[in-house]
Amino acid sequence: MSSPRKSLPFVLALGLGLLPAAVRAELKVGDPFPSLATAGLTGGTVPATADKVVLVDFFASWCAPCKESFPDYAKLYADYAPRGLVIVAVSVDEKAAAYAAFVKKLHPPFPALHDQGQQLVRQVRVPTMPTSYLVGRDGRVRYLHQGYHGQETDRELRKEIDALLAEKANPS
Amino acid sequence: MKAPLVRFAAILLLGLAGLAAVSGCTNARLVRVQPWERGTLADYTMDPGRDPLATANSEHVYFSRESATGGRGVGGSGCGCN
Repeated sequence: MSSPRKSLPFVLALGLGLLPAAVRAELKVGDPFPSLATAGLTGGTVPATADKVVLVDFFASWCAPCKESFPDYAKLYADYAPRGLVIVAVSVDEKAAAYAAFVKKLHPPFPALHDQGQQLVRQVRVPTMPTSYLVGRDGRVRYLHQGYHGQETDRELRKEIDALLAEKANPS
Repeated sequence: MKAPLVRFAAILLLGLAGLAAVSGCTNARLVRVQPWERGTLADYTMDPGRDPLATANSEHVYFSRESATGGRGVGGSGCGCN
């Protein structure tokens, strides 16, 4: 048996090495986005996302920048939906009534669903509210936007969506 | 044979206890309210300055009692968005 003094650094190093793995990481650029169809979203139909460019926006009724972003996303939807962009807004509201009131007031033309029980958001682990993910045709996160900064975010999104839509669909 | 084993177990336990204590500080995630859990914090009732009259009143009382004013600018409620 090796001496305890010799074993201790090994044990400590192993413990420290395992620590980051014990904490689930945020979804990053390049990671596959979790399936929306199996996420248990309520409040509407989950649109088909296979081989499509998808903008997934996590919002909440209590988040001021989220309110600001919705009219801009509506314009984005009007401009890009005919070209194949899918926008899905996901509410992380704990109260279903607050989610319903928000959607009723802003009346978005794109699906605004409810992550009841916050299952999807716990999987994705958004770094701030709101956070939007631009998912490529391959189902992987290609761009990530933390917060909503008005014209600046809108400009960036349009540039990125143009680039993603220009990519060819999977031939399979 | 028994004594070294006990000593090893004690050192191991001590090491793990130290590690557990330190790991509490290594990742802010473990102690933070997550961004999607801030609905209650963002509520109007969580804002200490939600009633301007009450704020002015308590400021006046504070000034009368302490002969000092200001310096009460602390972060109030909010969702921490953006």
